[in-house]
Amino acid sequence: MAEKNEKKQVNEGKGKFSSLDLPDLPKGLPPQLEFQRTRVLCNLDAPIHTDTVMYGGAYASMGVDNSVQLDYFRQKFRVEVVRLTKDDMEFDLIGIDPSIANAFRRILIAELPTMAIEKVLIANNTSVIQDEVLAHRLGLIPIMVDPRLFEYISENDTNNEKNTIVYKLHVRCERGAPRLTVKTNELKWLPNGSELLLDSKNSDSNPTSKPRTYTSFSCSQASLPKFANNPINPMPDITIARLGPGQEIELEAHAVKGMGKTHAKWSPVATAWYRMLPEVVLLEDVEDEDAEKLVNTCPVKVFDIEDIGNGKKKATVARPRACTLCRECLRIGEEWEKRVSLRRIKDHFIFTIESTGALPPEVLFTEAVKILEDKCERVITELS
Amino acid sequence: MEHGAFGDQSNATFSLTEEDHTLANAVRFTLNQDPRVTFCGYSIPHPSDARVNIRVQTTGDPAREVLKDACQDLMLMCQHVRSTFDKAVADFKTSERGQAMNIDSEE
Ligand code: SF4
Repeated sequence: MAEKNEKKQVNEGKGKFSSLDLPDLPKGLPPQLEFQRTRVLCNLDAPIHTDTVMYGGAYASMGVDNSVQLDYFRQKFRVEVVRLTKDDMEFDLIGIDPSIANAFRRILIAELPTMAIEKVLIANNTSVIQDEVLAHRLGLIPIMVDPRLFEYISENDTNNEKNTIVYKLHVRCERGAPRLTVKTNELKWLPNGSELLLDSKNSDSNPTSKPRTYTSFSCSQASLPKFANNPINPMPDITIARLGPGQEIELEAHAVKGMGKTHAKWSPVATAWYRMLPEVVLLEDVEDEDAEKLVNTCPVKVFDIEDIGNGKKKATVARPRACTLCRECLRIGEEWEKRVSLRRIKDHFIFTIESTGALPPEVLFTEAVKILEDKCERVITELS
Repeated sequence: MEHGAFGDQSNATFSLTEEDHTLANAVRFTLNQDPRVTFCGYSIPHPSDARVNIRVQTTGDPAREVLKDACQDLMLMCQHVRSTFDKAVADFKTSERGQAMNIDSEE
């Protein structure tokens, strides 16, 4: 019976898209409960209703089923891509629980494998950068190769062409020359594996054919069809070190497959994050000077001014998505908390993925979802 | 993975190794959606131990089956997310070619 009322009240602010408009919402929750269930209300002091109501029977006494049935999820769930470039992507996940969106985010950061430099064999380093700092910098360089083409290496494995990528770096700044900036472009891929001899005590690099080296490649990686026409390069144009006249660096770097939870250098994303969609609602008409004040206060220009004739002006919410929740609009004055209502929609996530370059962002997300599926499958098989 | 509580099948604690909040929190969500579940929750006994305990109490069905169903549900949800996402990306890629950058105006 309260249904019509509910729609009216909650939509009073006429946001452009509201998930409350969807026809397939569970019917019959009183409007204030429906509001608590679907919105975070951001008051001046603190946000309220921040939790999600998970329990399926939470509203059983009102005859409302709160459980997300699979069919219902399938009807409601939407993805909207906002921006997609080679290494960065923004999209909306609509109609999904935060626990699942968060699982995707956590997997993106910590459980998707990439290749990264793990061992550095330093033959000579007379630069001002200490060996360990240099090795750490090398480790953080993104290697632009699909990690799915490689295997993990475990403690007792030998380094072979299926689990290791070897790079050589040999740069020197001649006496009398200007200072030299060493970029990642100087890293030379060694598709045949290490050139450093295993037994030699003085680790001079003398390229030889037969003797044992630090890796045991059975064939050249360059001869494998998957790398034949695209050499495995690190991300170009990253500064590794600066050399003064007379300084030299000679080293070999071995990259292996790993995951972000072991060390952040293996994380395939610069970062991945989400935020809930802001919903900004004017509870009463804001006119003339007040409207000017409101428009000028918002640092990200959420509000616009509309002429309503007779020389009168009215504030409108034009770009709620841009709202950063700085709450400046509530701080204009005491009565403003009654005029502006800042909310977040609990099941609408603006997801952003910044890839480091190994894989494009859309592939990263699909892989992350696959990993969550694998986790479920593992539990199912162990329980069966 | 071990399985605590042997007498009564409807209450059990499952101890998953090599898992953390990522899976446990998502499974807790799907478990809570299941009307057969009276209580469920998870804890990580020690942060340096890669292990999570998931407690499931049901109205009578074996907890093991209920947990299995929850994982199944989560997996199906993931598959749906993946197909929806792939479709959205494919649509975006084709649409963008036509109309440069006017994507957020479609509602
Ligand atoms: S909270 Fe900040 S960004 Fe959002 S509408 Fe108010 S002033 Fe603008």
